[in-house]
Amino acid sequence: MNTSPKAPLLEVRDLVVNFYTRGGVVQASRGVSFQVDYGQTLGIVGESGSGKSVAVQAVMGLIFNPGRIEGGDIFFKGRSLLDPAGKKRVRQVRGKEIAMIFQDPMTSLNPVFTIGTQITEVLRHHLGMTKDQARKRAMDLLDMVDINAPEKRLKQYPHEMSGGMRQRVMIAMALACEPQLIIADEPTTALDVTIQAQILELLTDLQQRLNVSVILITHDLGVVAQLCHRVAVMYAGRVVEVGDADQVFAAPVHPYTRGLIRATPRLDMVTERMVSIDGVPPDLISPPKGCAFFPRCDQAGKACLRMQALIALGDDRHVSCWCAAKEVTR
Amino acid sequence: MGRFIYRRLIHGLIVILGVTVIVFVVTRMVGDPVQVMLPLESTPEQRAAFEKKLGLDRPIPIQFLEFMGNMARLDFGDSLWQKRPAMDIVFEKLPMTILLTAVGIGFACVLAIPLGIIAALRPGGAVDRVTVFGSLLGLSVPQFWLGLLFIVVFAVQFKILPTSGAGTPSHILLPALTMGLPTLARLVMLVRSSMIDELNRQYVKTSFAKGLPFVRVVGLHALRNAGLPIMTLVGWEVIRSLAGYSVVVETVFAWPGIGLTAIQAIEREDLILIQAIVFTAAVCVVVINIAMDFIYKLIDPRLKLT
Repeated sequence: MNTSPKAPLLEVRDLVVNFYTRGGVVQASRGVSFQVDYGQTLGIVGESGSGKSVAVQAVMGLIFNPGRIEGGDIFFKGRSLLDPAGKKRVRQVRGKEIAMIFQDPMTSLNPVFTIGTQITEVLRHHLGMTKDQARKRAMDLLDMVDINAPEKRLKQYPHEMSGGMRQRVMIAMALACEPQLIIADEPTTALDVTIQAQILELLTDLQQRLNVSVILITHDLGVVAQLCHRVAVMYAGRVVEVGDADQVFAAPVHPYTRGLIRATPRLDMVTERMVSIDGVPPDLISPPKGCAFFPRCDQAGKACLRMQALIALGDDRHVSCWCAAKEVTR
Repeated sequence: MGRFIYRRLIHGLIVILGVTVIVFVVTRMVGDPVQVMLPLESTPEQRAAFEKKLGLDRPIPIQFLEFMGNMARLDFGDSLWQKRPAMDIVFEKLPMTILLTAVGIGFACVLAIPLGIIAALRPGGAVDRVTVFGSLLGLSVPQFWLGLLFIVVFAVQFKILPTSGAGTPSHILLPALTMGLPTLARLVMLVRSSMIDELNRQYVKTSFAKGLPFVRVVGLHALRNAGLPIMTLVGWEVIRSLAGYSVVVETVFAWPGIGLTAIQAIEREDLILIQAIVFTAAVCVVVINIAMDFIYKLIDPRLKLT
């Protein structure tokens, strides 16, 4: 595939990731597809174990033993990251053009190195900066993420900082080489509510100022509605609905998306009590043959026992549901 | 930092004091040096004179005070066996044991750390299984037997290394190997398990996501975190080698170190020399412990030296 101006920044196509555990083969990602355009924010939502993290870790080349990428492809700026040459490219790209922020800032930083060492090593490795250059740049970065007294902070260790502060350091580290894509894997889940708001605000602000693309993985639909241009809803290792965030929230098509939205507490609507989705997510060692949501779906029919690929609902909107398909064809 | 050193020195002094009290009491409880040193047919007068020379005729408390005073000056008196200052003998033999320990433990570390890391990279893989099996084998072999086996194979059968003694660099190979192999077996297991723990931590994922080279992530980020338990064991092994294994290994190979000297002193009931050796061993343990605390602090800045 050649680089074309029309290619999205990142495209994940039919990604299959399996984990070979003792209990069996866990099909963590069963044909995930999504794309991110330049300067755009994509939210990925779904419950725990739906394969959100696995999908983005595959992009970063972070699937380790016993996990294996066994199908599909990942294109960054139109070039594959999975073909033989791509595996080499992943190593140059990650940390430089694609950066990642993790869920738990308390454990994501190395406890025995100073903040300064951990930021400057990225700069020195990718950009070949000297010690002095890297230190100056690191101070600028800390400044950018609103950490005061950066000179002092550089000499501190992670345990001398609060969770919010550490997540800011993680963000500074991610920004170090001016990446074009930042993947934030539940960046606020481990933080206090007030700090969550600050971190999200910082991320949005930086996204707009630096015009970087962001993939935001979260459980929080409110955050997606607020920050993301597009949203992909994942269930049992597949994307079940994807599209413009406003449209998806205004008119969810897939029964799972509807259930998720109904299960979210809202302040602006005095409605009946929150409705949860009955049942539990399927076992990914032996997922259902057809639609994985079938056992929990109130609109299920016979057709649901067969697999439904993503179908276009027009305008960059896709859904994987037979009921919706009927609606479309009707 | 000054406070730390001060406190540690006080602790160390207490330990050394305790050890010397025990040595003092025990050496006066077991056996009578006068009977051992003098011929059977010696007269009571001769015995009394000899007792007086050693100061054994005076009351125990006086003996003890004098003993402590002399100890402070590192003066334990003349060895009954070699008729020269006991500390001179210790200072002559100790370097040989330190050399043996350094080569043995150094050999163990140089092999155990890379091997443990490689095993940890693929738990259950071929290298891992061979390493774990070899390590269990090494743990179950008694050290003296290992030494004899080495002598039989390398010295008697192939005649490529000397059986015993010291002098040329090749003399140190077999005793050092015997000293280091059990340590290697224990160390490799620990490096492996610590590295498996560390490699599964989130910061390792972060380091990879930062695009850092594999060698840096594993050999610097993860290894430094695994360093605390590893150094704890290394310190322990150094102590055990200096003040324990050396006795066995040096006896098997007739290596002229402090361990062999200790055995000889015990055989001859040379209590002056025994006291000097035990005292030296206690000092070594204390010094190594203090050194280990500094190394901990270097590895993990979260630790506070108190």
